[in-house]
Amino acid sequence: MSKILDVRDLKTYFRTPDGVVKAVDGISFEMMKGEILALVGESGCGKSVTVQTVMGLVKVPPALVEGQILYRDRNLVGMSNKEYRNIRGKEISMIFQEPMSTFDPLFTIGYQLTEVAKAHMEWDDQKTREEIISVLRKVNIPEPEKRYREYPHEMSGGMLQRIMIAMALITNPEIIIADEPTTALDVTIQAQVLNIMRDLQKEFDSSIIFITHDLGVVAELSDRVHVMYAGKIVEKALVSDLYNSPMHPYTRGLLNSRVKREYKGKKLPYVEGYVPRAHEFPKGCRFNPRCPHAMELCREQDPPEMSISETHAAACWLYGEDQRL
Amino acid sequence: MKILQIERLKKYFPIKAGVFLQVVGHVKAMEDVNFGISKGETIGVVGESGCGKSTLGRTIVKIYEPTAGNISYFDESGREHDISKGLHRSVRPLFRRDVQMIFQNPFDSLDPRMTVRDIIREPIEAHNLVPSSEMDGYVSELLMKVGLYPEYAQRYPHEFSGGQRQRIAIARSISVNPRLIICDEPTSALDVSVQSQIINLLQELREENHISYIFISHNLDVVHHMSDRILVMYLGNVVEASSATELFDNPSHPYTKALMASIPNWSPENRKLQDVRLEGEPPSPINPPPGCPFHPRCPYRLEICDKQKPVSRALSEDHSVACWLYDR
Repeated sequence: MSKILDVRDLKTYFRTPDGVVKAVDGISFEMMKGEILALVGESGCGKSVTVQTVMGLVKVPPALVEGQILYRDRNLVGMSNKEYRNIRGKEISMIFQEPMSTFDPLFTIGYQLTEVAKAHMEWDDQKTREEIISVLRKVNIPEPEKRYREYPHEMSGGMLQRIMIAMALITNPEIIIADEPTTALDVTIQAQVLNIMRDLQKEFDSSIIFITHDLGVVAELSDRVHVMYAGKIVEKALVSDLYNSPMHPYTRGLLNSRVKREYKGKKLPYVEGYVPRAHEFPKGCRFNPRCPHAMELCREQDPPEMSISETHAAACWLYGEDQRL
Repeated sequence: MKILQIERLKKYFPIKAGVFLQVVGHVKAMEDVNFGISKGETIGVVGESGCGKSTLGRTIVKIYEPTAGNISYFDESGREHDISKGLHRSVRPLFRRDVQMIFQNPFDSLDPRMTVRDIIREPIEAHNLVPSSEMDGYVSELLMKVGLYPEYAQRYPHEFSGGQRQRIAIARSISVNPRLIICDEPTSALDVSVQSQIINLLQELREENHISYIFISHNLDVVHHMSDRILVMYLGNVVEASSATELFDNPSHPYTKALMASIPNWSPENRKLQDVRLEGEPPSPINPPPGCPFHPRCPYRLEICDKQKPVSRALSEDHSVACWLYDR
């Protein structure tokens, strides 16, 4: 598999009245063609800011972006807006969390999909319409010719989310970024949308960056997982390794927080404390105040990424040279 | 000891349109709900958005007036009061103290201009429970009980994270020693690592104070963990009611089965969602389908299902289901 996206030491900082918020603080990851990579973390961990930076949706200035985002040997950091427009929406497209607020209520579905197609593809009107209807059919929209003329308020949330997937697919992109695409949906609808995403990923052979806080969804869909906490990636693993042998104490905490049947009548295991806010990240490892294994070193120094195997790494002092568990 | 008994409870919201705001239809949010809740018991209500679970909670605390049906409230001495037609002046203070509510979003349910102390103090003062000289001590005690520091009383809600705010909301609800708390999705707005903390806290409080809960959530696992009995709702109807363990061991209604199958497995070797083939989406409660509300999506549909609505029938002592498959 070839490498399609290479993010190196990416930093996205925002200036706020409370001080500089280091929303993304030096993360690196690679993405291979045709894989589904999940970025997992809780609110405020920087997962959404990471992909917004990749999409060029973070305005610089006022924000500060450093590092490299290499897509096909081109660095997206510092690229002009004009150049970006040829990539954004065409080669890298995005699916957002809230289908209800992503579409413009004043225009028909067909109009909004046409807008995307016209901006990036050189199709005539006839061909555009055909392509749109065919992609709507692919995401299981019943009667796409009729839906084409309808407005967003006439659809349910699940249907709109599928139309948003269609919108992301119409330009046949290399990378699709899905930011919590099923969080606003009910579980039975979530299952439908995840199944469609999995099927279409195979059909189009695109790569997906899937952002979520739900480890159940990650297990169902992804090939590799990166766990984020407080602006850093704390663990990188194949999906099977992450569930079978989680390394970072935070990942273990997240996996333990699943409400299992056998806990009934007992206390649920939980992670102590709260997620720190972006302008008050603790010194050293950012997880140390909540970590059951915190050592002196953890309070002083931020751990680098420690390699556990070729495909598994954790940013934790427990896996340093002399501390190996 | 019984606290509430609910019979054939129904809530329709009128849809008004036109210059004279004529009623042109109804959102049939809740149909025919029956259950009772006793001291120390937890009833879970589970279902997807629009199934009427929040309407049920809100009708019980009298935020909404029911369209039809009966709500009987039993006060501490065991006297029965019919509160379906509004709260009588003599019952109001008793009921309002006895039944409290915790809302989903602690970012909306706490007044941003009040300090934590004022937020917690307000219901205590309204019911005249604690003399003002002892108030600060009582508030500190409550904060410690929900796992916060007493110093936090001076602060404002915006200084806290979601989990901490939900603890403040819980402190407020237990401040008047209620016997029943209605929890409407109390953990849905919280991060996963914090959810378990709040669930543990609610359980501790139940054991300490023998509080009953009506626990409303879309998350079947959480409802199972918290509840003694579970009501599964779909499009305003209770389609299955059972004890929590029995429901999980022996789910009977096709909707309950579909709901359970749609929960991801947390196991990459055992992906199961691809086997889920529940088609379609819940229909609109304005024009619910005739017959069984689930029939348009049901894989086991029979001929009778779109003609006649199935009534709830008992499968065993503590398990009932509204489905024609179990007619024999």
